[in-house]
Amino acid sequence: MKYQPIIGLETHVELKTKSKMFCSCSADYFGKEPNTYVCPVCLGLPGALPVPNKTAIEWCIKIALALNCKISNISKFDRKNYFYPDLPKGYQISQYDEPFGLEGNIKLKTKNIRIRRVHMEEDTGKLLHANVGGKKVSLIDFNRSGVPLVEIVTEPDFENAPQVAEYLQKLQQIIRYLDVSNADMEKGDMRLEPNISLVSRISNFQFPISSENLPKYKVEVKNINSFRFVARAIEAEIIRQGELLNRDETPTQETRGWDEKKGTTVSQRSKEEAHDYRYFPEPDIPPITFGLREIRAVREQIPELPDEKRKRFEKEYGLSSHDVDILTRERSAADYYEQAVKDGSKHSLTPKKIANYIINKKPDMDKTVPGELVELILVTHQTTEVSSEELKQAVRQVLLENPKAVGDYKAGKTQVLGFLIGKVRAQLPPKSSSEGIRELIEQALK
Amino acid sequence: MNNGLNTLTIRESLEGLRNKEFSSVELTRACLDQIKKYNSDINAFLTINERAINEARRADEARENGSDSPLLGIPIALKDMFLTKGLRTTAASHVLENYIPQYDSTVVQKLKDAGAIILGKTNHDAWAHGSSGENSDFGPTKNPWNKEYVPGGSSSGSAASVAADMTIASTGTDTGGSIRLPASFTNTVGLKPTYGLVSRYGIIAMASSLDSIGHFTKTVEDSAIFLNVTAGNDPMDATTTKNKIPNHLEDLDKGVKGFKIGVPKEYFTQGLDSNIKKNIEGAIKKFEELGAEIIEISLPHTEYGIACYYIIQPSEVSSNLARYDGIRYGNDRTRFGDEAVRRIILGTFTLSSGYYEAYYKKAMQARTLIRQDFEEAFKKVDAIISPVSPTPPWELGEKVDDPLKMYLSDVYTVIANLAGIPGLAVPSGFIGDLPTGFQILGPQFSEKLLFRIGHAFEQTQERKVLEK
Repeated sequence: MKYQPIIGLETHVELKTKSKMFCSCSADYFGKEPNTYVCPVCLGLPGALPVPNKTAIEWCIKIALALNCKISNISKFDRKNYFYPDLPKGYQISQYDEPFGLEGNIKLKTKNIRIRRVHMEEDTGKLLHANVGGKKVSLIDFNRSGVPLVEIVTEPDFENAPQVAEYLQKLQQIIRYLDVSNADMEKGDMRLEPNISLVSRISNFQFPISSENLPKYKVEVKNINSFRFVARAIEAEIIRQGELLNRDETPTQETRGWDEKKGTTVSQRSKEEAHDYRYFPEPDIPPITFGLREIRAVREQIPELPDEKRKRFEKEYGLSSHDVDILTRERSAADYYEQAVKDGSKHSLTPKKIANYIINKKPDMDKTVPGELVELILVTHQTTEVSSEELKQAVRQVLLENPKAVGDYKAGKTQVLGFLIGKVRAQLPPKSSSEGIRELIEQALK
Repeated sequence: MNNGLNTLTIRESLEGLRNKEFSSVELTRACLDQIKKYNSDINAFLTINERAINEARRADEARENGSDSPLLGIPIALKDMFLTKGLRTTAASHVLENYIPQYDSTVVQKLKDAGAIILGKTNHDAWAHGSSGENSDFGPTKNPWNKEYVPGGSSSGSAASVAADMTIASTGTDTGGSIRLPASFTNTVGLKPTYGLVSRYGIIAMASSLDSIGHFTKTVEDSAIFLNVTAGNDPMDATTTKNKIPNHLEDLDKGVKGFKIGVPKEYFTQGLDSNIKKNIEGAIKKFEELGAEIIEISLPHTEYGIACYYIIQPSEVSSNLARYDGIRYGNDRTRFGDEAVRRIILGTFTLSSGYYEAYYKKAMQARTLIRQDFEEAFKKVDAIISPVSPTPPWELGEKVDDPLKMYLSDVYTVIANLAGIPGLAVPSGFIGDLPTGFQILGPQFSEKLLFRIGHAFEQTQERKVLEK
């Protein structure tokens, strides 16, 4: 190919805080009846004022720290002024020149993607176009208005669509590990806006591209609601721009929308129509200062992140990177695995054996507690039959000897089941089947 | 026919109510009668609260039952920038002419909780844009002392209603002098508190970094009583102070002996009307007689005040008015009056990319210098005395075609807003048949001190009551 794509990415992540960014309305708006999660503040009524949500700011900083950003000691909110019917104040409270996080990065398999900034803003309402009484109307639902959003902006470091896809998967995984957003594309928790331009491969350049070597234009693509489509939109845009350049035309600097049905991008807004957002410091919110101690406190809340976990799993459990990738995809799965390893070690089950079982048999982690899983694995190696009378006797005895566990179970702590199963097993001859133990215990405790 | 109860101060009213000399219903009715009688002349009120008498009756019942909350049964008026649940709030603009708010502003809630009776909503320059009251979309308010003259603005109706004894007290907003200037034009006491002392929540925003929420009263003591109710942190306004609020009445009678009072030399140069100059010199003399030491000070960046203010203020105005976009409040943007349009365009320009650095940013830097001027000055003096308006009240229509001339009437007032400090306008006599006053400026959160100084001066004056 004659041209090298240069791609940057803006990602919006909606936080799952209890309340909205600047008021106490619930932020859990998805699927709720329109305009029921609103108040003077998020409706932008006359006289209403924003009061920032401390948790949202902490979570934004958490994300920034997880992406290796520097955290500014002083930060502030700004007003981004523009007109749109879903924006009730006529401006969005965002951050302009002093974002919470600056200069971070995400490491891909073959390349480092630099993060330019991580900042906090509020979401807008939602427009619904409907037919009411035979009339075409636009309706506004303000339930989403004021829900906290974190925007993560990369440098133009991507060379192709697969890198973008890899980045997005990593970012989504980190966000989910941090437990600050469901990062669910379908629900709009995560929104992607790639910007794409091409340079001739003949010109002298290398990544990372210095600003003077950047092409004189860039095309931003909006309305993308899946990782799959982001790759397709980028591919389509590379082809479209390449064709223009082949005809000696410079692509127009503009915003384009992804048309899923046509599989192409469509012009939405050209540079001439581009907004002048007239940013200025939000006078209703005093500047926010962060001391080292506060930043440290947020840092301490950050769990082990996927990259570290992967490294540790490989080293500690002697697993292949393929296995580790699967086991660490979700934090809960990784935790489950580690608990199973711990339980299994009592029965000299190797971490590798447990990993294989999980990867191949895909047990339902919501239904099978790690202790049970260990039993299941052991079963696959056992032979001895136990009579049902023996089994019942063992269950009765274990329940009698472990009143605390029984109490816990009755109080709703079902995780003790694994412990009780283990105890029952210990009563039985080695290599006995654990089949039916769970049911027997559950029955006895009903 | 008129029992004269409406001419009372808050203090006098409270005494009368406590001693059962009259009821809140009688007091409220006296105010409503006065409104009925003079409002068509003065145009101070835009909306009358039809439930006022019922509320007064409830206040009387509460008093019967032993309640003595700080403003129990006291009729007050609210500038129509204060949101009142269920009571039309217009910002004196056609854009909001039918707007009925869903909630009360924090200050209104506090006043209601303190037992105040809301008589109605007062006229003002639309969106608080103006110095004369003439920019109201519902017609100008007239100066009760001479109806050919402006009462000052933007809080024109609030000032005029207190001066004309239509109410015992009233609220106002002061973004660049909108309380102090009309107070000095109407022989009333006007307080612009420290930025952040009184909540802005539920008050229609003009310029958010400058808006101060204050009030008009007949005496300095009343002003302190009122502030005791309205001041304090509001969890709904992130810019309000977390400081403990003192009792503003505490040192009221302690006089000014030994106080150092500054007089800024920059304020007494050309442009100041000679009669006003003479009047203030008289006031300064009074303070010397009362035992204060008068010290000449310098506020070198004063000359940048107006320029700085007329960049920051319209910038914020242009953003704050964006929500009245024709989608939600019934009327579209064609209903904005000329002055609002002027400020929206001016502010949009000064915030535009490429101009932001040259205008808004520069103005913010100048603002810092102005603030530092005061910090320096207050190392030398306890408080500062200054004119409020460079001229006495002008005739209706005199400046309406010259916005710049109108803007210049704010020259002595805007700097307190830029610096975030409090200012108390106190009446100091008359020039012909029209009132004049001066302002006392102090460091942030020095309201108690301002009341003490203002009260000391007030004791040397005879309170002139409007003959009706």
